[in-house]
Amino acid sequence: MQPSGSHILNVVLFTPLVGALVILLIPRARAEIQRLVANAFGVLGVVVALPLIWRYRAGADAPRFQFVSDHSWIPLLGVRYTLGIDGLSLVLVLLTTVLGAVAMLSSWNAIREREKEFYMAMLVLQTGMLGVFLSLDFVLFYVFWEAMLVPMYFLIGLWGSERRISAAIKFFLYTLAGSVVMLLGILAVYHSRGTFDMRTILDAPFGADTLRAQKWLFWGFFVAFAVKVPMFPFHTWLPDAHTEAPTAASVLLAGVLLKMGTYGFMRISVPMFPNAANAYRGAMVVLSLIAIVYGALVCLMQKDMKRLIAYSSVSHMGLCTLGIFALTPLGLSGSVLQQLNHGLATGGLFLLAGILYERRHTRLISEFGGLATPMPNFAAIYMIVTLSSLGLPLLGGFVGEFTVLRGAFEARWQWAAWGLVGVILSAAYLLWLYQRVMLGEITNPANETLRDLSAREFATLVPLVALSFWIGVYPTPIFRAIDQPVHKIVEAVNPGYYSVAAGPVAPVPASAAAKAR
Amino acid sequence: MTAGTPFFLREAWLVPLFPLATAIAMLFVGRRLSRRAIEYACCASVLVAFLFSLGTFAQLIALPTGHRTIVATVFEWLPAAPVHLAHGGGLGVFGAEWAFQIDPLSVVMLLIVTGVGFLVHVYSIGYMDGESGLYRYFGFMNLFVFMMLVLVTAANLAVMFVGWEGVGLCSYLLIAFHFKKRAAADAAKKAFVVNRVGDAAFLLGIFATSATLGTIRFEEMAPALAAGHFAVGNGALTAIALLLFAGATGKSAQIPLFVWLPDAMEGPTPVSALIHAATMVTAGVYIVARTSVIFAMAPAALLVVALIGALTALAAASMAVVQTDIKKVLAYSTISQLGYMFLACGVGAFAAGIFHLMTHAFFKSLLFLAAGSVIHALAGEQDLRKMGGLAKKLPVTYWVSLVAALALSGVFPFAGFLSKDLILGEAYRQNVLVWVIGYFTAGMTAFYTFRMIFLVFHGEPRGHEEMPVPAHAKHRTMMVPMILLAVLAVTGGWIGWPEALGGSDRLVHFLEPVIGTPNAMRVAPVHGPGSMGGQLRLMVLSELFVALGIFLAWYMYVRRTDLPGVIARRLGKFHEAVWHGYYVNAFYNAVFVSGVKKLALELGAFDRHVIDGVGVRGTAWAMRAASRAAGWWDKWGIDGTVRAGAVGAQVVGALTRYVQTGRVQAYMLFIVAGLVGFLGYYFYLAHHLAAHAMR
Repeated sequence: MQPSGSHILNVVLFTPLVGALVILLIPRARAEIQRLVANAFGVLGVVVALPLIWRYRAGADAPRFQFVSDHSWIPLLGVRYTLGIDGLSLVLVLLTTVLGAVAMLSSWNAIREREKEFYMAMLVLQTGMLGVFLSLDFVLFYVFWEAMLVPMYFLIGLWGSERRISAAIKFFLYTLAGSVVMLLGILAVYHSRGTFDMRTILDAPFGADTLRAQKWLFWGFFVAFAVKVPMFPFHTWLPDAHTEAPTAASVLLAGVLLKMGTYGFMRISVPMFPNAANAYRGAMVVLSLIAIVYGALVCLMQKDMKRLIAYSSVSHMGLCTLGIFALTPLGLSGSVLQQLNHGLATGGLFLLAGILYERRHTRLISEFGGLATPMPNFAAIYMIVTLSSLGLPLLGGFVGEFTVLRGAFEARWQWAAWGLVGVILSAAYLLWLYQRVMLGEITNPANETLRDLSAREFATLVPLVALSFWIGVYPTPIFRAIDQPVHKIVEAVNPGYYSVAAGPVAPVPASAAAKAR
Repeated sequence: MTAGTPFFLREAWLVPLFPLATAIAMLFVGRRLSRRAIEYACCASVLVAFLFSLGTFAQLIALPTGHRTIVATVFEWLPAAPVHLAHGGGLGVFGAEWAFQIDPLSVVMLLIVTGVGFLVHVYSIGYMDGESGLYRYFGFMNLFVFMMLVLVTAANLAVMFVGWEGVGLCSYLLIAFHFKKRAAADAAKKAFVVNRVGDAAFLLGIFATSATLGTIRFEEMAPALAAGHFAVGNGALTAIALLLFAGATGKSAQIPLFVWLPDAMEGPTPVSALIHAATMVTAGVYIVARTSVIFAMAPAALLVVALIGALTALAAASMAVVQTDIKKVLAYSTISQLGYMFLACGVGAFAAGIFHLMTHAFFKSLLFLAAGSVIHALAGEQDLRKMGGLAKKLPVTYWVSLVAALALSGVFPFAGFLSKDLILGEAYRQNVLVWVIGYFTAGMTAFYTFRMIFLVFHGEPRGHEEMPVPAHAKHRTMMVPMILLAVLAVTGGWIGWPEALGGSDRLVHFLEPVIGTPNAMRVAPVHGPGSMGGQLRLMVLSELFVALGIFLAWYMYVRRTDLPGVIARRLGKFHEAVWHGYYVNAFYNAVFVSGVKKLALELGAFDRHVIDGVGVRGTAWAMRAASRAAGWWDKWGIDGTVRAGAVGAQVVGALTRYVQTGRVQAYMLFIVAGLVGFLGYYFYLAHHLAAHAMR
């Protein structure tokens, strides 16, 4: 393939890495400069990604992958350096840059030792995560997938709380086990198709005659992705990692890392191995439904705030995988929206838990109570984030849930019904958490004089809340951006879906509906 | 939107935005505003919304009957995406736009919500005097009005659901207004979670509607039903109707989801008046009427609606009889009256249900406001047993309460009479069982209403003789709204004056184009023609029963005050069961709340010990065992080899010592030989790999 002239993705990808190098040059003693530079590069990461929004062309006849940057890398092995994005990766790239900047800012006071290493790890992690979403070459994808593990391992292991070492090792081994199997899968794809180029395989997925091979490949990739999502029963690394990780790492874990799993399903498992995806659809949906209900129920017995949020992630990510494996356009597009909203809402919840941890150095729910009195602003934002997480309309969470469940209903109404059990329970555990932390009289004297949000803390939360409202009220641009990729995935996995004859009720164009009668 | 549409009709979608604007302002800058500013701003925005609604109403009735549906699409929300319809219906679309529909039904709701809403806002000025957090109170109240207006003007089920959940949220926030009180926070959470159960069913109903009819827009439902050639009693339509109704049982506190409403009385009393009596709780009735075209095709579902409504009316009325908390009496009374509205819908008289919704909004919110005035006068006392003889201390409150009580009891010609008798008349024609229950409940209603009136205002004071009435309990802002509502409680029903009494059923005819009686029922009423004489007889019959109820209440609570205790003792276990709300709460707590908590604990242990314990730690143990084995192998197998190698190296070293001659030329020779060897190896490797890659 021809190398192309677009460099924007290279800029997006390497801006954080450049930041890490700049920090490397700053003397160790000048911690405040390191902080400033890190935050500057966090914001810069968002700024350089912004042009993607208006330069990305949505629509059925736009090219599938845009801003492609394609260069020779290891010609001997046919490995290329290929970056490019479609709507799915666009959404996740933007989410990554925003959450990256927010996570950076949230660490201002929280991290006061070995700052140099911390910020370098954060920025390297940022590049690693972006690389996963940007790569269109299997080997490159794998390199980023693995590279991102290292900084995260150190973030948990060095700056975490008491049981950080065991949590870091658990996280590392769990995900490494998954990715080793994936490497075998990648080699097997290469063995049978002779290329590492994802575009080639997406254009001509494995055919029905290769069902046996597809099944092996599906399971190979499944382990890696299911661990990342995490799907039941591969989820137990998540509560430990989340609980022990510093706030910034929790935000990125929940907000971005988990999406690498769902992204993998959408980019690789479903469209490349369509027959296997169809064959295992029921199993995947059952695992998703178990995750939704099981995760929500386990939330109800948690005593640790961050563990509770971690299990709520299991439940909410179950909705994402349910949407994907419903294999319908609504399920898939709803899943993307749900991923986005989960990143914003759960990221927000972790920020809020981190703010409390900074003040009280505890995560135990029973240590709190009545915080709405000393911290009214905190209470208001906590409420909004909670509502977004439990899927209240006008906030982002609803749009994703509603669309996913409609997509699941289309496949089988029982799937939607079980998903709704999770929706009911999410109100129970989130509002109960809110009540135990925020409402009632102050019972613990240590909580009487807690400071309300500082301007910097506001600055970390407001973008998440604002985005959540925007998605809740006007998600159309996002749906437009992901429309074509979703269409292509459904066509690959469910050929003939779109060629069914139109139903008895012809869609009424908006202009006709607007007409006064 | 054509340019010819009159202004208010064209721009009716703006109505909800007035209270929204002040709600947002309150949440952002409310803490810095003076009380006066908060009160004025928040009342004014609802007043503007009311005036706007009046304009909309006036312009709507000016239109010819067949042209009274106007839809305004503001912008796209969920873009239409392809979807396979159910039952082999082919490819359809699913999406939603921010669209608002003005028609007779929504305009009636607009007037109720903004009208009663405004009066309750004004009342709140006096009632909330001295409370802190006023900006929160008025902000949430404004937000509620916004959400309720979205609910009643939505043009599709998705936007309606926005309002539906939104009013639930505001209800949560306002029940927990005194968030430091444990009971208030608990009640708020309970209300939200119980409603969520209904909401889940409601969402399934929305999905099923979309899958079956291919649309969730209200105005397209009737054409879609016609185009789809659905038979009456179609299974999918019955399922839709039942799912939507299940959602309604949550919001409108019907069996089996009524348990949250009595607890919700923890909220400030004006909140109970507006949200838990006049508006939000009637949303379920509204949605049944709004989707009446579907219900009309599903007789089995209608029967369920009628029976649930009738049973709820009866059961809740019986619970109201024994309550000793003034607000709990009113809460159970509201549940009971909502039952009447569903009863009406269930017998196909959707318009009658909406009629009762309207009159009930007037007299029940008035009763709540009056109760608030009483509670304030007694410094927070809500126990009926500690009241008595308040008629002299609170004359205005007494008179308006009496008017509202007569309306609630259904005494001619008060508002409640006209709507309730319309319902009973329709019920009589369709389903005698339902009518009997409704008839009996009417008597009970009169009894518990006047029991309350007599206990509060008549007889001797019981414990508050020395207490002076605080000035703000008679605040002008509280009295004027009550008086206005009292006027409506008398005259509000006259708009639906029945033909049998020389009127023209004007409200029913106004609503008919949107929510007519199902044709099947209109053609063949089960019990004879609804002749004028027959209807009159029914009215007289029910009035007699109501009179009996009032008389009994007077006899038991004014004349022979020892009787209630005697009867309660006689009834023993039954009285206790009613007192405990038939143990429904206890049952739900034992089965669902405790059950789910227990399950959560068990699953948590399972997660820790089985999945993480056996699965992950077990794997880790196996890995350690394997690594120990590997370590052994490493030490004795590999390391042994290495050590053998070391020995070998010593030998080689000893030998090569002889090569180390110290002569440069010899070293150069070795270097070149090594290079050639390595390069050769690499060339071979590259060639080999390239050949492999070509394949």
